[in-house]
Amino acid sequence: MNPYRRHPVIQIATVLVYIFLYAPIVVLILYSFNASRTNVTFEGFIPRVSERVEMKGSLVQAAPCGAFHWFCELSKNDDVIEAAGNTLTIAFASTFVSVIIGTMAALALQRYEFKLKPFSQLSLYIPIVIPEIVMGIGILTLFSQLFGLLNGALGLTGDSRLSLGLGTVIVSHIAFSVPFVTLVVQARLQGFDKSYEEAAMDLGANEWTTFRRVTFPMILPGILSGGLLAFTLSLDDFVITFFTNGPGSTTLPIYVYGLLRKIITPQVNALSTVWVLTVFIAVLLLQMLQSREQKQH
Amino acid sequence: MLQRLRENKSAQGTLLATPTMLWMLALLIIPLLLTLVVSFGKRSPDGDVIYTFSLDNYIRLLGYSTDCENGQASCFNPLYLQILWRSVSLAFNTTILVIVLAYPLAYFIARAQPKRRNTFLFLVLIPLWTNFVIRVYAWMMLLRKEGAINIILGWVAGLFGLDFQPLEMLYTPGAVLVGMVYEFLPFMILPIFTSLEKIDGSLYEAAADLGANAIKTFLRVTLPLSMPGVVAGTILVFIPVMGTFIVSDILGGRQVILVGNLIQRQFLDARDPTFGSAASLILMIMTLIVTYFYTRKFGFGEEIVVA
Repeated sequence: MNPYRRHPVIQIATVLVYIFLYAPIVVLILYSFNASRTNVTFEGFIPRVSERVEMKGSLVQAAPCGAFHWFCELSKNDDVIEAAGNTLTIAFASTFVSVIIGTMAALALQRYEFKLKPFSQLSLYIPIVIPEIVMGIGILTLFSQLFGLLNGALGLTGDSRLSLGLGTVIVSHIAFSVPFVTLVVQARLQGFDKSYEEAAMDLGANEWTTFRRVTFPMILPGILSGGLLAFTLSLDDFVITFFTNGPGSTTLPIYVYGLLRKIITPQVNALSTVWVLTVFIAVLLLQMLQSREQKQH
Repeated sequence: MLQRLRENKSAQGTLLATPTMLWMLALLIIPLLLTLVVSFGKRSPDGDVIYTFSLDNYIRLLGYSTDCENGQASCFNPLYLQILWRSVSLAFNTTILVIVLAYPLAYFIARAQPKRRNTFLFLVLIPLWTNFVIRVYAWMMLLRKEGAINIILGWVAGLFGLDFQPLEMLYTPGAVLVGMVYEFLPFMILPIFTSLEKIDGSLYEAAADLGANAIKTFLRVTLPLSMPGVVAGTILVFIPVMGTFIVSDILGGRQVILVGNLIQRQFLDARDPTFGSAASLILMIMTLIVTYFYTRKFGFGEEIVVA
């Protein structure tokens, strides 16, 4: 019996689900080459310079960038550049902190006994089982009450007042990333034999050397995948950022959401296309790295 | 001091866990407690919180007004109860649809040749990693009156020489349902795939040797063994659908109001954090109750971390 034999119904269903997954993305990309300025209708692809034609209410003289007109406009849009910068700053900063403190917590929970251990473990599951909006408005309330209190007590006025911004977003992103890093690293620690560490200690290595030479290399894949998870969660986050950002700390998802409530130009599609391509390349690289690691073992 | 720390394993553990625990305390537990306290408060005229102990917000959520005009027979208005009910039933329908769509795909990938498996998984990861907001926007382009679906339908109708009126699909409850299903589908595919992949191939052979046909093998072997994945996927889908406000905001216009929209508006437009906090707590309690009973019945798989 062929173990890979599949029922035709399953095959048809699979094809349909893949179409469902990809049709929106294909349309999104097509529209980023739209000749219409408003993007309500598709008025054909942007004509090449040589074939400038008059079209009613639509974009014609696409000149220097040709079909990539909307991508050029995008690269000249300061708001987008700023939002992209903020998104990356937040993702790098929150990943950096959550990887360090999350790995520490995973070691504590997996290798040590201490009083608050059951409580600590339980608290890591809270962000998974409550809706993000609950956490978002809780953090918003905390910051607004705290800042109100501090601004009053310290007599801060004008620009020196504490307010929502990059700092509050980063701190909040760490809060939802840390549990994921900890759980992933913990799973990795669970999977390997404690006797390696004991052997190192028996051979005279002290605790730090044991960690550096034995434990750390073994959990490194866990740390990396935890970090990657934290990074993606941060890049992708909308809800928490929505409630904790302030002037000057707009991220790309927040920026796009803002545009959706106004007139939409194909610039949004160009931005989406760039995003999809970036994700495509990132996931491809990741899979190649993973399969290389699998071959080595 | 350092010497003592070196010998005290318990202190070391506590020290290592401290930064994470402080973070969880400050940004998770304290905010939740604060939400509880605020929900019993009252709104001041300028939108601030007056701390008291009042159940007004909860009474309002149940549909009763506290400052009812005298002489009125009833001032019961089930608006908020309807919103809560709509959110629960939408989350329920979304989860069922997502399971129906995700299962065959996950099954297909799990039984594909190992070499091709990564490619099929890769194809699931691309939409998952493409930003949430961008994915809702894509559906806006598909569903609107001049959108891609109507263009294709019109073209097909034209082939048959039929008269075609573009369908109004955007800003309907159906649009919100489709959007939700699309957003959360990958979160169901991955855990189901993980649990299907773990099933030992020899079990299928054993079932076949014992004379089970394909349907029986599926019902008695595959389905029970993949339940942990379905459970994990359900938690990953049901809970976020309950609280999401972007999908209904963009694809539902102002027509489809969910509890997430209610909470968001209390914090941003209506400026009544006390009522928003009460709604948020009710939302949390509802999801916790569902998760509790659901996981008690089916168990809590480790598949939850995979996605």
